[in-house]
Amino acid sequence: MIPEIGQFALILALSLAVCQGVLPLVGAHRGDEAMMAVGRTAATGHLVFAAVAFACLTWAFLTDDFSVLYVVNHSQLSLPTVYKISAVWGAHEGSLLLWILLLAGWTVAVSRFSGGLPPAFAARVIGILGLLSVGFLLFALLTSNPFERLVPAAVDGGDLNPLLQDPGLAIHPPLLYIGYVGFSVAFAFAIAAMISGDLDRTWAKWTRPWTTVAWLFLTLGIALGSWWAYYELGWGGWWFWDAVENASFMPWLIGTALIHSLAVTEKRGLFKSWTLLLAITAFSLSLLGTFLVRSGIIVSVHAFAADPTRGRFILAFLAIVVIGALILYAWRAPSLDSDAGFGLLSRETFLLLNNVLLVVATALVLIGTLSPLVIEMATGGKISIGPPWFNVAFLVPMIPLVLLLGMGMQTAWRTQDTAAWVRILRIPAMLALVLGIAIPWLVYGRVSVLLVVGCGAAAWIVITSLLPILRSLRREKGAAGITRSALGMSVAHLGMGLFVLGVTVVSAFGVESDRALRVGESIEVAGYEFQMRELRNVQGPNFSAIEAEIAILDDGRQVATVLPQKRQYLVQRSPMTEAGIRAGLDKDLFVALGDPLGDEAWSVRIQYKPLIRFIWLGALVMALGGLIAISDRRYRSGVRAKAVAPVKAQESPA
Amino acid sequence: MNRYVWPLIGVAVLIVFLNMGLNHGDPKALPSPFIGKAAPEFELPTLKNPEVTIGKQNLLGQYSIVNVWATWCVMCKVEHGFLLDLAASRTIPIYGINWRDSRPDAIRWLNDLGDPYVASAYDEDGRVGIDWGVYGAPETFLIDPEGTVIYKHLGPLDPVVWQREFVARMNSGGAD
Amino acid sequence: MKRIVILLLAVFAAPAALAIDQDVRFTDPEMQARYEKLISEVRCLQCQNQSIKDSNVTLAADLRREIARMILEGQSNEQIAEFLVTRYGEFALYRPRATGKTLALWLAPFLLVLVGGIALVRVVRHRMSMPIDDEPSAEA
Repeated sequence: MIPEIGQFALILALSLAVCQGVLPLVGAHRGDEAMMAVGRTAATGHLVFAAVAFACLTWAFLTDDFSVLYVVNHSQLSLPTVYKISAVWGAHEGSLLLWILLLAGWTVAVSRFSGGLPPAFAARVIGILGLLSVGFLLFALLTSNPFERLVPAAVDGGDLNPLLQDPGLAIHPPLLYIGYVGFSVAFAFAIAAMISGDLDRTWAKWTRPWTTVAWLFLTLGIALGSWWAYYELGWGGWWFWDAVENASFMPWLIGTALIHSLAVTEKRGLFKSWTLLLAITAFSLSLLGTFLVRSGIIVSVHAFAADPTRGRFILAFLAIVVIGALILYAWRAPSLDSDAGFGLLSRETFLLLNNVLLVVATALVLIGTLSPLVIEMATGGKISIGPPWFNVAFLVPMIPLVLLLGMGMQTAWRTQDTAAWVRILRIPAMLALVLGIAIPWLVYGRVSVLLVVGCGAAAWIVITSLLPILRSLRREKGAAGITRSALGMSVAHLGMGLFVLGVTVVSAFGVESDRALRVGESIEVAGYEFQMRELRNVQGPNFSAIEAEIAILDDGRQVATVLPQKRQYLVQRSPMTEAGIRAGLDKDLFVALGDPLGDEAWSVRIQYKPLIRFIWLGALVMALGGLIAISDRRYRSGVRAKAVAPVKAQESPA
Repeated sequence: MNRYVWPLIGVAVLIVFLNMGLNHGDPKALPSPFIGKAAPEFELPTLKNPEVTIGKQNLLGQYSIVNVWATWCVMCKVEHGFLLDLAASRTIPIYGINWRDSRPDAIRWLNDLGDPYVASAYDEDGRVGIDWGVYGAPETFLIDPEGTVIYKHLGPLDPVVWQREFVARMNSGGAD
Repeated sequence: MKRIVILLLAVFAAPAALAIDQDVRFTDPEMQARYEKLISEVRCLQCQNQSIKDSNVTLAADLRREIARMILEGQSNEQIAEFLVTRYGEFALYRPRATGKTLALWLAPFLLVLVGGIALVRVVRHRMSMPIDDEPSAEA
């Protein structure tokens, strides 16, 4: 009964989404206020029914309804309750439902917080979002129905993939999707602007906060995924350049470029068509990512159950959406050029550099992800492109970017006096160089060119991120003169600096050791002694495991005990490694059980990971910076204001 | 043509390409690099008689099938019935490579379920499997009278695959 | 060299109960480093999403063993790569070898940065020639 209600709710959501998609757009075209207002109402109704559907699916999981096929495939009687909930979005159909729910949620948020937008523009945005929702709802109802029944019902389920039975991975999809889906808002803003033909600085001002929110959630989602992979997969790595990781990273890179490009468009009215293109691209990459993951076209550890039919649907949807957007773009972009100029040394130049390098990086990730497929289709031979290529290729645009990062923030718009600029940056540059040599040498005992570049760049970014704040404080207004926008900018870039430091140090100074260990024996790694005290059997709610109690000693003194496990999940019978980690901001000590070697010995992988937590801390701080930036006063007041700087024509028929 | 049309063209090309990719087939399947080339040399003791060795020379002179199997391989059991039928029909000799298995378990398996093989080579440490590029059992190779690998099938054999891939190639006289 | 071989034979021969692999260690740290780097760049053909260094499956262990053997025999990295490619195709290597078609892949980063740089220069030059006076707005 409940699943049928859920299915019905989805159908209702679809019909409301159709209204939401069509009527406001027609209304905006005709200037019909009543029709335009329908958008808001329809969106709310659409959200309600999407939520009902989602609740029904969750109910089916919580009540162990094994007459629903999706529940049978991804749940189990003995699955802990918290994972029964996260199983709702743990596979294709359910995660699609989550996407639909979040898209509806974003739409309602836009309709609620768009008081400052002209009605026709808001109507168009909601309309576009409605059309996108229609696409996803159709996708779910026609090819990926989560409420499909299993007759006769099963007695028990096939269990959730043990890899997903983890708190980190439980919230990873929602966070990630809020970001992915959030870029559809920037996309809708772009389309609305192209339809009406009005694109100016005010448009950029409205688009910025929405883009920043999406971006910050995507940052958190990606960071969480990386952290999860580190502690759950047992090999101590944090990024593998897997196709699905890349699928989330590409929108992030373009999203970052978009945020910076929007800054220029808002400030100077420049790069309008470029910003439009970035907005279109960010969401297109989200769609492309969905396609890559769900179509089975690429081998990936993340890939959902591969199904070419679904792949075709998404591809068709992708084609319609993106080509439609780009046709609009080709039509409108030529008339958007503006006449403003800027000097060689200017913030505009630096932001342009930022964009170029980020776009190059995105293109490289795309090439690396798709090339195996291209080469296979062209020549029949299969090749692999993995971390060895990606790590090198990605550094090529990234090293210049991290070195330039600090400079733009110190540079004025339009033109910057070179002498003053040098004066501001001289000491920070020297300081960064000194720290770049000191940190690796004094703390970790080794220096190299790459290390100095990495640590120096990190120090450089941190110092130059704080500079604007410090300089503001020295002015008359002091702390009161620092806007949240400016603070957010500094914090976000600071986060990047922490990230760079973490990556550099852990890559250069991390130590890894695979050894055989018996109870009572100990091993020395990176100056610490790892002693296996005991090996025992443990029982979990739906797994049995061998657990090792390993004591970590520093100079004979015990600093920690870790309990790595080798689990066997009862239903899926796949072995899983739970690493034992002694975590710390300055380093992680990581122990994972490998395989039994006979003669009561086990293979154990021990890793010393200095500053690895800075990687995720950096991402967290970046997201925090974004949060601070959007809480700026001008957005809050803009929400309430009804009268806005007059946007050129009244709604001219597009 | 204004320069703003380029993104559109680029995306259109990408979509066409992705569509072709969808039609392309299983991304996990690895084509064997030996197709059209000489089968790798090997020399292994047979499963049932360790004193007797078997090698590539046994395969020459007629079309033959080399089937990689193991008792721990679930799909091997699935195809076993078909292999027995094929052996009974006497159309082609079937040689086995028992891959990374335990000798007593393997012999017992064949005794219980039937032995379709002219002989099975016992590849205890997997060296020969690696030499043949084996990465998942069952795998079946079609070898021509000169010892060239004509085709490799990954996964269990069934009558449909046999007709479509193996018989067709033997009739047309070589790898296509 | 001979000492290393004897040492390794001792490791392998003596504890027959120890599984084949997992503890393959060279006393020569250079060989060990080479071994670890190589196995991190070979794809596990069975699971396909891990290197044979990180994978626990039998085939990964077998391949690690073979690579260790080849290092001990004095084979070069290119020869080891060739061994793998002959049997499993280019797919087995995570680092695409710089042959004809993959050369483009290795040059791509530099080419793209170059193209980007040229585009950047053109845009900046264009803007430098334009008037800068427009009303400043309050925010960054």
